[in-house]
Amino acid sequence: MDIIMCGVGGQGTVLTSRVVGEAAIKQGYEVRTSEIIGMAQREGPVVSQVRIGTKLHGPLIPDISADYLLGFELAEAVRNLDKLNGKGRALVNTHMVVPPTVYLGISNYPEEQLIDYLKEQTSGLILINANELAAQAGSSKAVSAVMLGAFATLCPDIDETMLLKELLARLPERVQEINTRAFRLGKEFVEGETR
Amino acid sequence: MAKQLLLGNEAIAWGAIAAGVKVATAYPGTPSTEIFSTLAAQAKHYGFHAEWCVNEKVALEVAYGSAISGARTLVTMKQVGLNVAADPLLSGTYLGVKGGLVLVVADDPGPHSSQTEQDTRQFAGFAKVPVLDPSDPQEAMEMVIEAFDISEKYHLPVILRPTTRVCHVGQDVELPEITSRNSEVRFEKGGDWVIFPSVSLRKHGELLESLKALGQEFSTSRFNYREGQGEYAIACSGVSYHYVKEALHRLNIIDNTEILKISTPYPFPEELAAQYLKKHERLLVIEEQDPVLEDAMLRLAGKIGLHLHLSGKHDAMVPGTGELNVDLVTRAIANWSGNNIKTRQVPAKPELPLRRPILCAGCPHRASFYAIRKAAGKKSDTVFTGDIGCYTLGMMPPLSAVDTCLCMGAAITQAQGIGRAEPGRQTIAVLGDSTFFHSGITGVINAVYNQYPLTLVILDNSTTAMTGFQPHPGTGQTATGEIVAAIDLQKVLEGCGLTFIKTVDPVNLKEAVAAIKEALAYDGPAVIIMKRACINLPEVKGLAPVVINIEKCKDCGLCVTEIGCPALVMETGQKPQVLESCAGCGLCIEVCPFDAIQGGDY
Ligand code: SF4
Ligand code: SF4
Repeated sequence: MDIIMCGVGGQGTVLTSRVVGEAAIKQGYEVRTSEIIGMAQREGPVVSQVRIGTKLHGPLIPDISADYLLGFELAEAVRNLDKLNGKGRALVNTHMVVPPTVYLGISNYPEEQLIDYLKEQTSGLILINANELAAQAGSSKAVSAVMLGAFATLCPDIDETMLLKELLARLPERVQEINTRAFRLGKEFVEGETR
Repeated sequence: MAKQLLLGNEAIAWGAIAAGVKVATAYPGTPSTEIFSTLAAQAKHYGFHAEWCVNEKVALEVAYGSAISGARTLVTMKQVGLNVAADPLLSGTYLGVKGGLVLVVADDPGPHSSQTEQDTRQFAGFAKVPVLDPSDPQEAMEMVIEAFDISEKYHLPVILRPTTRVCHVGQDVELPEITSRNSEVRFEKGGDWVIFPSVSLRKHGELLESLKALGQEFSTSRFNYREGQGEYAIACSGVSYHYVKEALHRLNIIDNTEILKISTPYPFPEELAAQYLKKHERLLVIEEQDPVLEDAMLRLAGKIGLHLHLSGKHDAMVPGTGELNVDLVTRAIANWSGNNIKTRQVPAKPELPLRRPILCAGCPHRASFYAIRKAAGKKSDTVFTGDIGCYTLGMMPPLSAVDTCLCMGAAITQAQGIGRAEPGRQTIAVLGDSTFFHSGITGVINAVYNQYPLTLVILDNSTTAMTGFQPHPGTGQTATGEIVAAIDLQKVLEGCGLTFIKTVDPVNLKEAVAAIKEALAYDGPAVIIMKRACINLPEVKGLAPVVINIEKCKDCGLCVTEIGCPALVMETGQKPQVLESCAGCGLCIEVCPFDAIQGGDY
């Protein structure tokens, strides 16, 4: 199983990929993750890749072969859509991080076209406003928890309680309650969408 | 022991601990940094010494001193760091070591976060240092342990060369057993530790003998092997090994291919390779960066008189630049073997916003660059020589305040060269505090000595931010958390003979601009220290976001277009908005000509 996670530096894709990876190892799978750390972190585009299974090869997911795409940011989801396979499921946060180049008039952020493109190109698309759900849970920073909860519902192969446990193990005590709530909101949202 | 998810860098650190490392040194650099951070965090528990050094040359020299005293020593750096450390490496290889000395030098094909795509395997061959090339975290961990053994057996430094896709790859890794090793550490006087022409000649001969013996031993190393059988022959190294295997599966020719995996590119395992080459007249070499295996095989074929059709980088079958991946390798193998691959046409995407890395919201460097631009005069012709760090991002519009960036410390020296070639051309050199300690001081001394009217701005944000907030000599904290006397930039500069040194807070825009103007007008070298801590340091508390007074705002948009802070946005025809990410630094308050932004008090 190949999962691609993409977003903007600071949104929590690295944390999320570690949580998914560690949860999979606890279930006895082999795991490879790959992340880009360094300069790109500063508001740049970031991609984490997670491969789970038995007899794995390298850390990079080939084009058109990811089973899941977790887009933490709308435009970044579109940017990385080539990785998703035809039957793959895309879980995309509709929250936008508009880069300053747009306000400086150097580039554009065509929101509607991006959403239309996602709808046309993916059969299993779920659009979720993870930032709003995170805020509902008590902190707009709990986006990773929302995305993980949503992913837990989409992907039956990774144990949900394990995912939550691994997430909480990486967070300070004071935000655990908020993140547990955010995880649940993400999960319930997808249950509502797929029912 | 249970398996756990470890980054390659963490795995390398644990391998070193298991091998009984006694001294570890480093200078941070992506993608190598977390090796040493992991070691530093374990140093007290396992009773070894760990220190961030001032630069890579210093790190290697300290390490070399420990190694010739008999201690197992590890030194880590990124590939360009090895350029800085080249001097002690080449001489140290002649003289050799007593305790194991392992250099972990991380390469960055791509490059993701580096100035060059240089290949440390190539460097190792030039320096005559054995090099191991791991393909994944598990192997990297096992190789560090092996590297210590080789180093002690042959009395040579050994390089472990992981790439970004080993360093920053997570894998389910089984931690090695950590046993305590008691080696005698004592520097013996009277040994061969003085390099001297006649000594060098003798040592060079011994070195060649050792490398020959080691090359033979490498032919039976468990890290080098032939795998599979069939008419196709593919040789590979490093992470490419995994790409090759996956590509062969996708092309359905895995059962008809014999792979040769070489993990010890130098000294080259000739015997193992010769047997393989004798069996396959036509083969493909897949490796990242330089054609190191390919060249070694071509040489070998010439030496033993084989007729070969060898494909790889030289006939452009494999890309000569950038990082490889499964798709590229699949395509290369398909082209070479005449197999077809299915491709899917992806429908054209809508326009995507241009997203580049930029300085964080509230970054003090943004204020500094803005002040530098103001002081130089908006339309001025001043050349801004920049340097390596987060602040290289000052080149991005709208700040556009970095015209050059070459290597660590070169902001100071390049400014001098430009001014010498073009007398009268105004230059402003900009570099950070950690970079100043790394290689800025010598450049300052050069300016003072040669009387160049340098204007230098040191961005002192109390950390090495770009690589993940490491301490440095100016921060008063060591790698293992001891609080020590901080080295005072002002005093260092005074000691270098500077007579104009001013420290200002860059968000006090007027003061900062005035100070730079004064420095530019000063007759002689002058330094401005822009002192404000990086907002990402845990001890720095961000202030409440600023507020825009809608009544006062005249929609001029200057706050957005002048400084490019990611926390300020403005849709056409609307008022600007402040996002949650605002750190309240107050720079935009100073920029707004109508006093419409409030809050973020200092
Ligand atoms: S105060 Fe202004 S410049 Fe500073 S972080 Fe906030 S919006 Fe950006
Ligand atoms: S990490 Fe610190 S120094 Fe680097 S861009 Fe962000 S605020 Fe500036």
